[in-house]
Amino acid sequence: MSDLRKTPLHALHLELGAKMVPFAGYEMPVQYRPGVMKEHLHTRAAAGLFDVSHMGQVILRHESGRAAVAEALEALVPADLLGLGEMRQRYGFFTNDAGGILDDLMIANRGDHLLLVVNAACKTADIAHMRAGLPGIDVDERTERALLALQGPEAEAVLGAILPEAARMRFMDVGVFPSDYGELWVSRSGYTGEDGFEVSVTAERAEALARALLSHDAVEPIGLGARDSLRLEAGLCLYGNDIDTSTDPVEAGLGWAIQKVRRTGGEREGGFPGADRILRQLRDGPARRRVGLSPEGRAPMRDGTPLFASAEGGEPVGVITSGAFGPSVGAPIAMGYVPTGLAAPDTMLWGEVRGRRMAARVAKLPFQPAGIKR
Amino acid sequence: MKYTEEHEWLRVEGDEVVVGITEHAANELGDIVFVELPEIGTAVVKDDEVVVIESVKAASEILAPIDGEITAVNEAVADEPGKINEDATGEGWFFRIKPSDPSQMDDMMDEAAYKAFIA
Repeated sequence: MSDLRKTPLHALHLELGAKMVPFAGYEMPVQYRPGVMKEHLHTRAAAGLFDVSHMGQVILRHESGRAAVAEALEALVPADLLGLGEMRQRYGFFTNDAGGILDDLMIANRGDHLLLVVNAACKTADIAHMRAGLPGIDVDERTERALLALQGPEAEAVLGAILPEAARMRFMDVGVFPSDYGELWVSRSGYTGEDGFEVSVTAERAEALARALLSHDAVEPIGLGARDSLRLEAGLCLYGNDIDTSTDPVEAGLGWAIQKVRRTGGEREGGFPGADRILRQLRDGPARRRVGLSPEGRAPMRDGTPLFASAEGGEPVGVITSGAFGPSVGAPIAMGYVPTGLAAPDTMLWGEVRGRRMAARVAKLPFQPAGIKR
Repeated sequence: MKYTEEHEWLRVEGDEVVVGITEHAANELGDIVFVELPEIGTAVVKDDEVVVIESVKAASEILAPIDGEITAVNEAVADEPGKINEDATGEGWFFRIKPSDPSQMDDMMDEAAYKAFIA
């Protein structure tokens, strides 16, 4: 794993007994000693600390101010960015000309500039895409900063002890706070379905901050394995699995992230790559949809499992894009794409696992109710 | 106890052999969430896929370590796959097999050799 990049918490992961795996060009902890199941359950019961420093933190600036940046970025992202309130964050995605998704990301309005958090595997391409598509905008990847996620019902109390301001934030608020660990960039958000925070800290202070958070009884380090099962239970998409350039935002069930002003008849209708297809999909409804699936029995249905409309015969009607055992649900769970006519909850479908058709019921997402603080 | 390079253990009990996976294998697989066992009475040939296990990470197939007939399966691990992680060489056994050629076990590793194999 010598050619892999390391995050500023690499040495701490090893000290904590992490099992390290290659992920998006980084050597990352997939689990610690307790294992995926216990780490997952601990996050839902108390609080988990995740190293997400592999993700890209990018600042977009323009000499004339934030509105110019927001306006420009609306040409790449179908979301209302001009209307995003100060110190607020919003989910969005970069689309391509065919209406596919290039990456999904978080966009924060930080007063005179925007801060973006993008996926590790996509960050190089995203930055090139922005440099080409945002003339006059300064695109600055902040590689000197680490990113920690503190997630779970105890997250507020734990971070609040270090940073009282954090406890006053609402879901999707962002803040910039001086602290004993230097300037922290905090958002009240995450990827687990739990209340929690993402905290950006300089690389030099990251380990000290992580140790301070871990010193709290409620907090355990959590690897990427549990991060994946947590987000799947929460019904959240993983880029590269559930969404990619072959899926458009509407069939992916992400139409909610395209606000009214960017839709047909809106004040700033269209004007983003793939707008023809995406706006048509919003108007007419997509032919297929991302749905949750609850396989019967205990066998997980993994990504790539073909889905059929009957127990025997016929061609596949869809495919599973994420599948695992849901530790909090206590049963296998999955997400996948199915024709709209088969997307209603409780529709019976069959996934083919090791040559055998196994029943799976279309399920409402999320599998696990969200614990976020509105 | 005998060990295979596929990380199975075999314990001879009378004229039958109890088979499971090693603690090392269980740790590597991570939390096991699903086990599919063979049917009692199935005749198997060495390297047939006899058991499917799914962990939180991935699916894996367990191969028959020897030729023979399945005489018993451990339904308890199908109901509670976590037993394999907790007690791989005890309560986490998979099946009993009546070997048709016990000499197939002669070349298998003993505990010391297996420990060296996984080191």
